[in-house]
Amino acid sequence: MTENNKRITIDPITRLEGHGKIEIFLDDKGDVEKAYLQIPELRGFEQFAVGRPAEEMPRITPRICGVCPTAHHMASTKTLDDLFHVEPTPTAKMIRELIYNTFQFEDHTLHFFFLGGPDFIVGPQAPAEERNILGVIGKVGLEAGGKVIRARREARDIINHLAGKVIHPVCGLPGGVSKGLDEEHRVQFLESAKFTVEFAQFALQAFDDIVLKNKEYVDVVVGDAYKMETYYMGLVDKDNKVNFYDGDIRVVDPKGKEFAKFKPREYLDHVSEHVEPWSYIKFPFLKKVGWKGFTEGKDSGVYRVAPLARLNASDGMATPLAQEHYEKMYKTLGGKPSHHTLAFHWARLIEALQATEKMVELLENKDITDPNIRNIPTETPDEGVGVVEAPRGTLFHHYKTDEKGIITEANLIVATVNNAAAITMSIEKAAKAFIKGGKVSEGLLNMAEMAFRPYDPCHACGTHALPGDMPLVINIYDKDRELVKQLKRD
Amino acid sequence: MSTAKPKVAFYWCSSCGGCEESIVDLAEDILKVVDAVDIVFWPVALDFKKKDVEAMEDGSIAVSFINGAVRLSEQEEMVKLLRKKSGLVVAHGSCSHLGGIPGLGNFWNKETIFNRAYHTTPSTDNPDGTVPLEKAKVDGKELTLPSFYDTVYALDQVIDVDYYLPGCAPPRDLILNAVQAILEGKLPPKGAVLSPNKSLCEDCDRNESKPEKLVISEIKRPWEVEIDPEKCFLAQGIICMGPATRTGCGERCIEANMPCRGCFGPTDQVFDQGAKFLSALASILDTDDEKEIEKIVDTIIDPAGTFYRFSLPHSILRRRRMEAIK
Repeated sequence: MTENNKRITIDPITRLEGHGKIEIFLDDKGDVEKAYLQIPELRGFEQFAVGRPAEEMPRITPRICGVCPTAHHMASTKTLDDLFHVEPTPTAKMIRELIYNTFQFEDHTLHFFFLGGPDFIVGPQAPAEERNILGVIGKVGLEAGGKVIRARREARDIINHLAGKVIHPVCGLPGGVSKGLDEEHRVQFLESAKFTVEFAQFALQAFDDIVLKNKEYVDVVVGDAYKMETYYMGLVDKDNKVNFYDGDIRVVDPKGKEFAKFKPREYLDHVSEHVEPWSYIKFPFLKKVGWKGFTEGKDSGVYRVAPLARLNASDGMATPLAQEHYEKMYKTLGGKPSHHTLAFHWARLIEALQATEKMVELLENKDITDPNIRNIPTETPDEGVGVVEAPRGTLFHHYKTDEKGIITEANLIVATVNNAAAITMSIEKAAKAFIKGGKVSEGLLNMAEMAFRPYDPCHACGTHALPGDMPLVINIYDKDRELVKQLKRD
Repeated sequence: MSTAKPKVAFYWCSSCGGCEESIVDLAEDILKVVDAVDIVFWPVALDFKKKDVEAMEDGSIAVSFINGAVRLSEQEEMVKLLRKKSGLVVAHGSCSHLGGIPGLGNFWNKETIFNRAYHTTPSTDNPDGTVPLEKAKVDGKELTLPSFYDTVYALDQVIDVDYYLPGCAPPRDLILNAVQAILEGKLPPKGAVLSPNKSLCEDCDRNESKPEKLVISEIKRPWEVEIDPEKCFLAQGIICMGPATRTGCGERCIEANMPCRGCFGPTDQVFDQGAKFLSALASILDTDDEKEIEKIVDTIIDPAGTFYRFSLPHSILRRRRMEAIK
């Protein structure tokens, strides 16, 4: 624009299928004109899937994301069911759901205690050296810290056992799974599952004690800087209850009214992706509303996915304990749908609880040890779509094959990508609230970080698992591109 | 913080984050590692301004663990810089060791990948034909992206590498052993792959089920047949990369009753994993008749993408010649 423009760069931020970089441009008055979240990463899975045997896709696509490989594995496996026209056996479906709910719990818990949690549990204003997992342990107690590590390990053990490797599962086949569950492990895993129910409730209690009982926190949660009115999307079961593994895709408008409900195979009627020249990531939007740019409201096709979006898009939780918390959350937030971005953290814990209740339900049923775990496909493969709710949102896989089952076309809409536009908008909104008249608040680093972390944009676990907070840098340049100020937290 | 602690860096290139997770999965043990070293960079989100790294003394980082393949200009610049600043460089995981799954991109190039991602995917709505640009002007504001190469490279095709930690992702015991060896200075010869130098078959529980003379007359795909959980996959006619793959993984895929896909790469004696597998396979086909052999080989679906699943950039093929398409 003009030479007077200032540019603020936050580089790098946390992971979204690759690295991320925030660029903030100020106008003549020194207020925020525009913020961009750039994703400088592309690997081309849709292209190099071509020529591969379809059954290898559940072993190839998890490499899109090593944090949520189970989501890609499962979406891909379900795509194979559709492609080969075969249903999984009832036992295979139970095993897949067990793996998937275990994964959902484990991933959500990781996020809350290692990533999002420090913002809340230790406190947004706490010194950087305390805002990490050790700070969390300091706040909730050592015994609780031990529980966090145990819960993650036991959950990951279940997945390792059934799926081969937790960092990149291998068990999915069209019509079933490659490995069954024996009675000995059922009993052992049931114990783990019961522990996770307890643990998920403990996490919600910690959220209640530390966040909800603190007016200062609650004010931040319901404040305007972190509020955005959009459409919401999520998978629901036949009763419109939240389901991570299976169901129809439901979309509600910013008022909470059902806007669309469709089968995975109909996704192209409802979702399109917009391309911008400044990022390798694409920006999905609701086709029937249209792409109107990075704006919120009913007239903009921007929608959101992931925990709060799923709860907004549903009529409730599928399990009793989670349902109680669901009701409490909306009561506290002032009704449904909720547009408070920071409430994604709360919704995430409620989902984790549902996942654990599901784990118990599945493991209490001895049918899960039935040896009948495969239906061998007999029909000619052609085309399939598979959708699951990844921890970070609705995940679409779509393949076409020749009659031998060799991939001829693949299309993927990855969970975090659905939120790409919303994340950029959330950052801009927070930046606008905290940068005024060229004055960059010292809290900007943290506030910008808090704007994208509710979406859990893949990864960042690395830094947060270790002592030390996630470092961020904001550089402010004058019109000659000279560095005039650096805000740094490392 | 003691200055005596060795400085360690982690960096990622074109990767999925699974290698970072593999470090988090050290669970309780990670605290011991953190105690013993001074982590100066972490792959995910440190203040990784190039000039800060440039300001460090050459060789002052004891060891850099670098995961991911190299596909972007930014990645090439960073790994070259880290090489200069590091005493040791460890290629962490299949992608940096051999190219890995992103290396399958070498069947294509930038043009075809962009065309797919930004034009022909059915959900893409791009009437103006926009593509991401290295330099984009948006309302007068300039935004930059790193350039995207035609070819994916393994780490040692870009910089000198001291050691390799194989696997997708590397298992916990191998990572701990590597860290231990570095801390204690008990290092193997340069260039070593930090996992036992023998084939996976030698460690596989199903090896005993392998008949005296393994012969197959037909190739089966995993979805087509019931898979016997005790029996050698190759003896069942299912492609398993075990004979051409290094051991050390704990046979995790085979434990889940699925065949090996070769993520550990070959043993020291073998340069090209795919060629090695092909020769292993040729030796077990149940015929000497050329026509028969051809018939059986025809039933192998996607040999290049299967035999080189994790190692295409590092193979003698390296990539497909694009002029050969069409």
